[in-house]
Formats: sequence, C-alpha cells, structure tokens
Amino acid sequence: MSEQAHSVTGIDSRKLLMWIFLASDCLFFGALISTYMIFKGNINNPPYPTDRIVNGEFFHGLLNIPLTSASTFVLLMSSVAMVLAVYGAQNNNLKMMKGWLISTIGLGIFFLLFQVYEFRHFLHEGLGISTNQFGASFYLMTGFHGVHVGIGVIILISLLFGTFRRNSLGPDTGFHIETAGLYWHFVDIVWIVIFTLVYLMPY
Amino acid sequence: MTTALPLAVKEETNSGIWSWLTTVDHKKIGTMYGVSGVVFFIIAGFEALLIRTQLAVPNGTIIDADTYNQLFTMHALMMIFLGVMPMGAAFFNWLVPLMIGARDVAFPRLNAFSFWTFLSGALLLTSSWIFGDAPDVGWFAYAPLTEKAYTVGQAMDFYAVGLLLLGVASTVASLNFVVTIINMRAPGMSWFRMPVFVWMIFVVAWLLILSLPVLTIGLVQIYFDRNFDTNFFNPMGGGDPLLWQHLFWIFGHPEVYVLILPSMGIVSEVLPTFSRKPIFGYSAIVFAGLSIAVLGFAVWSHHMFTTGLGPVPSIVFSASTMAIGVPTGVKIFNWLATMWGGSIRFNSASMFSIGFLALFTIGGISGVMHASPPIDTQQQDTYFIVAHIHYVLFGGAVFGIFSGFYYWWPKFFGRFLDEKLGQIHFWLFFIGMNLTFFPMHFLGVQGMPRRIYRYDADLGWETWNIVATLGSYLLGVGMLVFLYAVWKAYKSEPDAPDNPWDAPTLEWATSSPPPEHDFDVVPVVEARDPLWYDRDNNITREKTKDEHIHLPPPSYYPLLISIGLLVGGIGMLTTLMISALGVLLVFYAIWGWVLEPTS
Repeated sequence: MSEQAHSVTGIDSRKLLMWIFLASDCLFFGALISTYMIFKGNINNPPYPTDRIVNGEFFHGLLNIPLTSASTFVLLMSSVAMVLAVYGAQNNNLKMMKGWLISTIGLGIFFLLFQVYEFRHFLHEGLGISTNQFGASFYLMTGFHGVHVGIGVIILISLLFGTFRRNSLGPDTGFHIETAGLYWHFVDIVWIVIFTLVYLMPY
Repeated sequence: MTTALPLAVKEETNSGIWSWLTTVDHKKIGTMYGVSGVVFFIIAGFEALLIRTQLAVPNGTIIDADTYNQLFTMHALMMIFLGVMPMGAAFFNWLVPLMIGARDVAFPRLNAFSFWTFLSGALLLTSSWIFGDAPDVGWFAYAPLTEKAYTVGQAMDFYAVGLLLLGVASTVASLNFVVTIINMRAPGMSWFRMPVFVWMIFVVAWLLILSLPVLTIGLVQIYFDRNFDTNFFNPMGGGDPLLWQHLFWIFGHPEVYVLILPSMGIVSEVLPTFSRKPIFGYSAIVFAGLSIAVLGFAVWSHHMFTTGLGPVPSIVFSASTMAIGVPTGVKIFNWLATMWGGSIRFNSASMFSIGFLALFTIGGISGVMHASPPIDTQQQDTYFIVAHIHYVLFGGAVFGIFSGFYYWWPKFFGRFLDEKLGQIHFWLFFIGMNLTFFPMHFLGVQGMPRRIYRYDADLGWETWNIVATLGSYLLGVGMLVFLYAVWKAYKSEPDAPDNPWDAPTLEWATSSPPPEHDFDVVPVVEARDPLWYDRDNNITREKTKDEHIHLPPPSYYPLLISIGLLVGGIGMLTTLMISALGVLLVFYAIWGWVLEPTS
C-alpha cells in the first residue's frame, strides 16, 4: 500500500487525500442540506413532519424526536469508540483496538438499523419520496448520509478482517484506522447538523 | 540529446494495447486524455459546422428543429466536458509531475481510474446520439424543461448519468493532483519556485473539488425527478426551477475558470520562453490566480440576472463579477510586460499564445459588460452571449491548448510539429475565429436570439450570418492542417533535443520523450527558472542514473472499477438490476486493488 512514501510536507499523501476529499464532501452535504432548507415549511399535503392543524383537522407529526435523539447518541458514542480504537492501534494494543473497532461497527450498524426502521415507519404513515417536498428532501439527504455511514461500516469491517488475517498489527494498520477514523468522525459531524436542522428546529 | 537509460524491469510491457489498458504512467494517461480530447473536439466541431451550415442563409432547410436542438446542446456538452477539459487534463497529466520534478503522481492507479471513468462517462453521454435521443435543452438544462412532462425520451437521463460519471472522474483526478502538488515536489521546489502552470492547475483542481459535488446533487435530483416522481424542480409539485439554476451555476461558473486556467498556465510558460525573459510579476500572477479561485465562487448568480433576483443580490453579484475582472486584467498586463523588451521569437507556439492574449481580452471585455444587470438583460440569450463565450473559450482556452501542443510536442513525442503548417494553422484559426464570432456581436445587438434553428429573410441578419458560416469553415480547414501536421510528425524520425526552445522549466531537463521514470536523477531546484539558473551560472548537473528507481507496476483494477461504474450507469438508464451488477463489479475490483502489491 505504500505507493507514496515521498512526502514534502511530512503528511502522508493518503491522509492528505482523505482530508481534501472531506472538503469536497462538505459541499456535497451542503447542497443536500440547502435543498432541504429551501423547501422547509413549504408543504401543502400530509403527512407533515410535526403536528399540524389544517382546516380544523389534526395531523400527527411524523418525527419522533426522543427516538432519534437516542440514535444520535448511539452515533456519537461510535465516535468515542473510534477514538479509542485509534488509541489502541497507536499504542500497539491489538486487543484494545479490535474491541473498540467492533464496538464502532456495532454502533454504526445500530444507527443504520434505526434509520431503516424510521424510513419504514414514515412509508407506513404515507410519506413516500414523491409525496411532498419534505419527503423528497428528507429521504435524499438522510439517505445519502446513511450511505456514507454504510460505506464507513464496510471500511471498518474490512480493516477488522485485515487484523484477523494477521493476528498482529501490520506496519500500516494504525495509519489505516486513523484515516478511516477521519471519515467516520466527519460523517458523525454531518449528522449533528442534519439532526439539528431536521429534528430540533421547528418545521 | 541524452538518451535515457532503459529500465531493466517491465521493458516488455511497454507497448501493445494491454500496456495502455493497464498503464499507471502519468505520461501515457496524459496521451490517452489528449487523444480522446482531440477526437471529441473534432466531433463537437463537426456539430458546430452543421449548425453554421443550417444558419448560413435565412430559412435554412438542412436540419429540422429537433435535431438542431440536439446539435447545439451536444456541441456545448462535448466541447466543454469531452474536448477542452480532457485536453487540459492531457497537459496537466503530462506536465505537473515533470515540472515539479516527480517520477509520477501521488496515486498512479487512481490516475488511471480517473481516465477510464472519464472515458466511460464520455461514451455514455455520446451514445445518446446512437439512440437518437441526445440531450436537447441546452447544456445548462434549465428546469422544468428537464422534467418528464417536457422531455419524454431518455435524453435527460443520459445527461444526468453521463455528467455524474464525468464528475466522479474529474473529482478524483483533482484530489490526486492537489496531493501531488503539495507532496511530490522535488527538493528545493518550494511553492514560489513552482511554474505558473502548476499553480494554475492547483487552482483548477480546488475549483473542481469544491464545485462538482454541488452539480452532482443537482444531477441526482434531476434523475430522481424523472425516475422516482419527486418534484425538486417541478413547480407544479411544489418544486423550484430556480434551485436547479443555483446548483448548476455554483458549479458552472467555477467551471469556466476550470476551462480557461490551464490555458493561462500554458501561456505563462510559452511567453517567457519565447520572449527570453522570466515571467513579469510572478507572484502577482499567482495571487491573481488564487483570487480568481476565491471570487469564482461568488459570482454565479450573474448568469441569473433575468430571473428577478431583486436589487440587493443583483448589486452584490454585479460588483463581485466586476471585481473578478481585476485579477484577470492583472494577468493580461503581466503577460504583456513579459513580452515588453523581450527578444521575441515568433513561431506557432508563441503566435497561438499571443493570439490568446488578444482574443481573450476581447472576450473579457464583453464579459465585463454582462456584469451590469441592465446591459445583461438586453443581451441575455442573444448572439452577443454566444460571441462572448466563444472569444473566451475558443480564442482563450482553445488557443492556449494549441499553443501548448506546438510547444510541448517535441517533449512529449520527441518530434516537432511542422513549423510552416503550424503557422498556416494559426492564421486559419485566427482569421476564421474572428470571422465566425466577431459578427455574432453585431447579430446579438441586432436582436438575433441564440438557439433558433432558422430566421426570416427580412430581419437584416443575412450578411453577418453568411460571414460567420464562412469563418467556421476556415476553422474546419485549420483543424485539418493541424491533423496533417500531427500525421507528418508521427511519420518523421524523432529528432528533438532535450531543450529545443531553451526553456527554463524542469520538464526540459530530461530527455525528449522522457523515460518511463521521468528523471534519471531527481532534480534539485535552486531557483524559480531552474534551467536558466543552471545556464547562467554554468552549472552542469550529474546525469548518472539513480540505482534503484521504484515504479508502480501496471494494474487492470482501475479499468475494472470504471467498467463497473459504466455498467452501473447503464443500469440507471435501463433497469436497476444491471446497476447492482455494476456495484458488485466495483466492489470486486476495489477488493483486488487494495490487496494488489505495489512494490
């Protein structure tokens, strides 16, 4: 994997690539979040994200804030686990690294399962992707975020299998886990923004 | 002429189709970008000639309205994404590692992946012609024309999926070159000793990295609107057509700098060499490039003055657009001052660069006119706009690219392009270009709208239209002359010395063409114009080859991932089951890529 030993700045090229890719990804989510914000409050057919009375008729809101707060907490804890896995890798503590890597993966999958549950629940309540502007922008934005978490889980599982094969830390394992960690934390931070804008701000 | 010592390893894999399919060498990848770019440039030029033939006389009857719409849309898409961008990519693939004294880019396999993905997207987009269903709503594809109700066939799906693939290719290439420029510079090649061309590519790469994701989201939304019944851009369903315009131009305006900056970089290399003077105001040019990058993100709404933004946004975007003229002007004056007092050699390369200066300035001046909303409102969608963009894109970007071809051909292939043919080519292009596009200013002011497939006889537009058409034929002839010069060079014996032009930058320190490992000895840089520094101080550099040169082995996984993406794209146009196959192929190829040994 060391196609690029040479480095003028002393920063490994692969880590630099990850940082710049994340800059690009900021604009990716920026466009999705802007779309959501532009259509925010601009819907005229049910189901609505929050409780609403239209022409004397009461509509239940879709968003379940306590439940999503719990899943947000799970995702944030996965970041903590990720930090501890990197710490283990950097201190040559294979057991610690594996344990926290498995925890990160588990928490990530838990978050994804919650998202599947939420999507199914919304569909059941009648919110399809083409039902109204909330559905379209919500599914697109959180869907792409879910894909990012999914890719992160796949990367972490691959790294975990790499350590099983070897049963010791390879020369680059710590570095790989640290770089994957950058991606993982970024995806978490994006979720904090999405959670705030979708669930905490009044629609 | 020093002949590079042959590399002991991998000599047998250096030719044949398989070596091209699996290459990770930035020079071969650059050549492939160049060949595809020129081919698509010719096809797109042919589309333009059809358009001009139809418009030569009033009430033209050669092409029907539907075909005409497809022609002007595909002409723009192919020129921008498949012609000028890959020709620029050809130069930066070839030159950036050579100019900074590196043996390759930071991620050679990723570089191959960028090219193959570009080719996949290009083939997917152009295949729409074969199905008779090419995009036909203009290259910026304004909503709601792109919605299902207005574009019934699959033209806009080809547009969305094709550009998505091209976007992936450009983003990955840009990430690669930013990292390369930051991390792969030779000893002593500090930031402010880098050639201006490398600086301009650094800026271009950042522009693409930060603007393409926004286009990606817009394209996904078009695709969802058409295939999953969402209403992002459909006002009937609560959508907002202006959202598309914003997303598109947040990408689209940085994109015009993506097209022009590589040519500005080329001109900044050619003019000093042929004026035999260092570039005037190096840091001013570099900082002008950087401020163009920043301001380039703050002017997109000047494409949207007629949408009724309101007075405050109009004023802000008007002011920022006028401001971006300042750094551009700084560059023009720097190039002029570079030539001032120099002992100028006129040949095809320097003439194309000087032509660039003149024509780009005309285009720049008409561009600043559009910065004023009331004037823009008058000129919107007239031929005046067509004249403007062709002065900056043809007179600017394309002239710069051809200047680069004549300048670097001996370095790339060890053979000169014929000087006499080059000058004929230049004059045909220069006269043809002015005959074609200058009259369009008049036509625009006289009120001729763009994108009409015919016009009546009594509108007073006949004279300038026939002049424009004749000019466009001259451009066609000029291109044939260029192709003949290429053919002649291809058939000739390699006779180019290492540094035929007495140029100052590092790529001329190695042999022509460069060996696979670029430099026998990694150069040490002590000044901004390293070869002139050596010349003036009578320094002769050690030429013995490094003992252990490590080059990455060829790999077919980049091609395989791109094929997977192409299959995924085909699936998005047919049935998503095929996409699933493509995704599986991508996963398989990434797996192989990661486990493949690279040393």
